[in-house]
Amino acid sequence: MADAEIIRLDSRTRAGRTGPSRAQARVRCRATTSTGRPCRNYATAGTGYCAVHARAQSAHPAQGSPAGQAPVHVGEAPSGPVAPSRQHPGVEEFVRRRLAGDYEVDDFGYDPELARQVLLPLAGPLYERYFRVKTLGVERIPNTGPALLVGNHSGTVAIDAVMVQYAVATEHPNERAIRNIGADLVYQLPFIGAMARKTGNAVATDEDAEELLRRGELVGVYPEGYKGVGKGWRERYKLQRFGRGGFMETALRSRVPIIPVAVVGAEEAFPMIANAKWLARILGFPYFPITPTFPLLGPLGLLPLPSKWLIEFGDPIPMDDYPDDAADDAMLVFDLADRVRDTIQQMLYRNLQKRKGAFF
Amino acid sequence: MAGRRVLITGVSRFLGLRLAKRLEQDDDVELVVGVDLEDPPLPIKKLEFVRVDIRNPLIARVLETTKVDTLIHTNIASTPGRLGGRSQMKENNVIGTMQLFAAAQRAERIQRVVMKSSTAVYGSGPREPSLLPEDHAARQVDLSGYGKDCAEAEQYARDFGRRRPDVDLVVLRTQNVVGPTVSTNMTGYLSLPVIPTSLGFDPRLQFLHEQDAVEALYTALKGDVGGIYNIAADGIVYLSQAIRQMGSIELPILAPAAHTAANLLRRFGVVDFPTDQLKLLLFGRVVSTRRAKEHLGFTPMFTTAETLQDFRDRRQHDTLPEPNLRPTWERELFEYLKQRNQQRQTV
Repeated sequence: MADAEIIRLDSRTRAGRTGPSRAQARVRCRATTSTGRPCRNYATAGTGYCAVHARAQSAHPAQGSPAGQAPVHVGEAPSGPVAPSRQHPGVEEFVRRRLAGDYEVDDFGYDPELARQVLLPLAGPLYERYFRVKTLGVERIPNTGPALLVGNHSGTVAIDAVMVQYAVATEHPNERAIRNIGADLVYQLPFIGAMARKTGNAVATDEDAEELLRRGELVGVYPEGYKGVGKGWRERYKLQRFGRGGFMETALRSRVPIIPVAVVGAEEAFPMIANAKWLARILGFPYFPITPTFPLLGPLGLLPLPSKWLIEFGDPIPMDDYPDDAADDAMLVFDLADRVRDTIQQMLYRNLQKRKGAFF
Repeated sequence: MAGRRVLITGVSRFLGLRLAKRLEQDDDVELVVGVDLEDPPLPIKKLEFVRVDIRNPLIARVLETTKVDTLIHTNIASTPGRLGGRSQMKENNVIGTMQLFAAAQRAERIQRVVMKSSTAVYGSGPREPSLLPEDHAARQVDLSGYGKDCAEAEQYARDFGRRRPDVDLVVLRTQNVVGPTVSTNMTGYLSLPVIPTSLGFDPRLQFLHEQDAVEALYTALKGDVGGIYNIAADGIVYLSQAIRQMGSIELPILAPAAHTAANLLRRFGVVDFPTDQLKLLLFGRVVSTRRAKEHLGFTPMFTTAETLQDFRDRRQHDTLPEPNLRPTWERELFEYLKQRNQQRQTV
């Protein structure tokens, strides 16, 4: 089994800061924050550090070495020549660039700057304070190169996908972005569809998944689909049918490892006690959830319950050893898909046993 | 060895004209026969202009007597515009293509056919893959207007290819052509000072620079492979981003009202954005260009972002470009004013 290479934070090489380079404008800040986490801000042009750490860096300059990421803890010294006199010097520049349309998005519509600096931080309080998410095994995700993350889907609204995205974007050594492929319903909706695109998600088609993997991205899939998010309270943590095994074919064709992901806690955040099917039919939704608070409390009922979450990433399952035409062997595909499903189910049971209660 | 003899349909329209101009410098090409309903707006060496409607069976005679070996079909119009109405547009696009290929099937000398289609054949929708490959069958089959015309025209092209297996057939599906001198509904839309968009939707747009469009046709003409190829610039821009780069103001309106707004804009002649292409402004459309790069050997010079920049910068600064490079409406206006002047002088 090809275990993912783990690069520890403290052994990473120090980044080159010699000479300003415009090409680095979109690189993330190389420093770690005082809490020991890698800084999530984008680096300002030419420095390799975000506005906050740039000041610290110019106070404690260090020798450069070529390429790469290099957070070593830096004291946040108050002043330096790079910093303008304002308190948040990066903000003005950021706003100016956004208003001028001067930013880049990839072919799928991922807008890393907007996602990392504006949208992702919005999920921060939910992740850190509200659900108090604990993450296990995030280092099993490779530092570079493609992989297919397969997770259990639950919790009525697909907030679990966002939390997994946040977990990998903040806790993985390389802070990688997960590119989920989502149901087409998402892209029909105003605002939500555009938001999903900009945060790096794509449409649930073979073409999208394979193209993203070809580009070396981490692709997230939730093969249960609506059956996962729209299942009742009684079936919590019971994995539903894994679609038609399309994710397995994709992994086999692209020869990328599958990383099973088990999310515990999302079921309790939106416990669906009933499904108003007739209303769903009228509105054209795949299901219409009734939870203890929704629609009883109106919009307030959309607030999730503060369950305690645990996200575990399993060992990568390599796909290299299968024959070239494995994806066309339907029996093999179903068999492998079942095995992945079992793995995730076992991870779920194990983590459910470990936890003390749903809300602490 | 005798040079190639090329027939271009739609030679008085932007792409046909530019391609004919491009062939002036090519010594391999001995003769360019241009076919259109109106005269080409500027003289071109080697060009033999024939005023004939491709819907007319006479086109078969033209193919026969001019002894052309290469046929370039660029005469599929995206807007009713000068053709005078949607039904005329459909006649021209679909029936014209049908007649043209029927004539070409008889023309023994034809070796190579290049047809300019459009990525509109994929439609636009929330279910479509983010990067459309050529062999993707649209899940959204309710094509209408231009997209449907192109799809039907392609069907005639395919039928032709089946009946004449000795001919190399190339179909180029071009993205929205944008550039400083071309005038399309997309350039018209992006030139508005206040750009109406659909509230809550921000489509991904992909363009094709006008120079690249001509170059793609030229590459297809010179190459020796057949097939269907997406022709588009690398990269995308969001509509909101494009509007900001243009320095215009975005006016988000509710989706149901967008139809009305588009109709109003068209009625007052501000911009001719066909309502059948409104879905593009909801869901966007981005195609994969890998096949064109690998098999056809065509790589665009401009990225989508650069195309937009070039469009913005040169459109604003070149206030008086060469007459032939001016957009059609401007040219028409100048001609009209000239006529008025002459009339006044004679009176």
